Amino acid sequence: MPHDHHDHDHPHTLLPPDPALRVKALETLLERKGLLDPAALDEIIETYANKIGPQNGAAVVARAWADEDFHRALLTDATAAVSEMGFYGRQGEHMVAVENTDDTHNVVVCTLCSCYPWPLLGIPPGWYKSDAYRARVVREPRKVLAEFGLTLPEGKKVRVWDSTAEIRYLVVPQRPAGSEGLSQEDLAKLVTRESMIGTGLAKEQGA
Amino acid sequence: MSAPEPVFEAPWHAQAFALAVHLNAEGVFDWREWTQCFGAVLQEHGVSRELNGGDDYFLAWITALERICAQKQVADAGALAELKAGWERAYLATPHGHPVHLNAGEVKVG
Repeated sequence: MPHDHHDHDHPHTLLPPDPALRVKALETLLERKGLLDPAALDEIIETYANKIGPQNGAAVVARAWADEDFHRALLTDATAAVSEMGFYGRQGEHMVAVENTDDTHNVVVCTLCSCYPWPLLGIPPGWYKSDAYRARVVREPRKVLAEFGLTLPEGKKVRVWDSTAEIRYLVVPQRPAGSEGLSQEDLAKLVTRESMIGTGLAKEQGA
Repeated sequence: MSAPEPVFEAPWHAQAFALAVHLNAEGVFDWREWTQCFGAVLQEHGVSRELNGGDDYFLAWITALERICAQKQVADAGALAELKAGWERAYLATPHGHPVHLNAGEVKVG
């Protein structure tokens, strides 16, 4: 008879990994000093795990594709334009939108650490935080982009934007061919996280 | 459609992340100070090996949190080490399936 005896192998509670204990120690100390509200921590985690993510940035890009006034506003003052859509807050104090064109492709990095427009894209993916990406995309952007499966035409210029604590960039990808007549909601489905960092393009309809 | 990848790979990644965001919001440090401290730790950790942006990244994040909290005099290393040891004892002293409380790991003195 199959039994799950897993629990009985451990008379005491499993010890969490070392870094988890370091975090617990910090939390305990800060809580004792009145600097920490555990409920506030839970709320932050909940927000970033579920409510904030690339879907926000995708809605912004889709609107820019469909609405010429918004497009102009976004490129003039991205922080104001996206705040109006409700996308503002921590690490989004000063956002700048850079637009891909037939001549220029934009890609974003943070060479210092991992600055990123949280309100629009959520928490950065692992590769964005890796040494390999941070060091190499500045030095050899075409090669790094090719490794993401994005091979740019010979004559196309690549601009690399280095995010900082003060300025976070959002790439506005080119609107894919064949997307005429789609609603903003359907357009947003074509906008991937990678396309807003610049390591990818917007998807083609039906792709 | 493939399932979305989890935002945080481990609970402690999320806890460490939220801790920095919260302390910034509470005014313990500003974000510029944080990126400088964190950037310096990343650089130190990256000297000997290439960081992969996963556990490595959040380990550096925790080291930076400990460092900036020490600099701001809100948490000193000795107190943190004691609390960490206390939590370790508490986990080992708590029967499986029961909530773990720090006082289960208290060292009885005298």
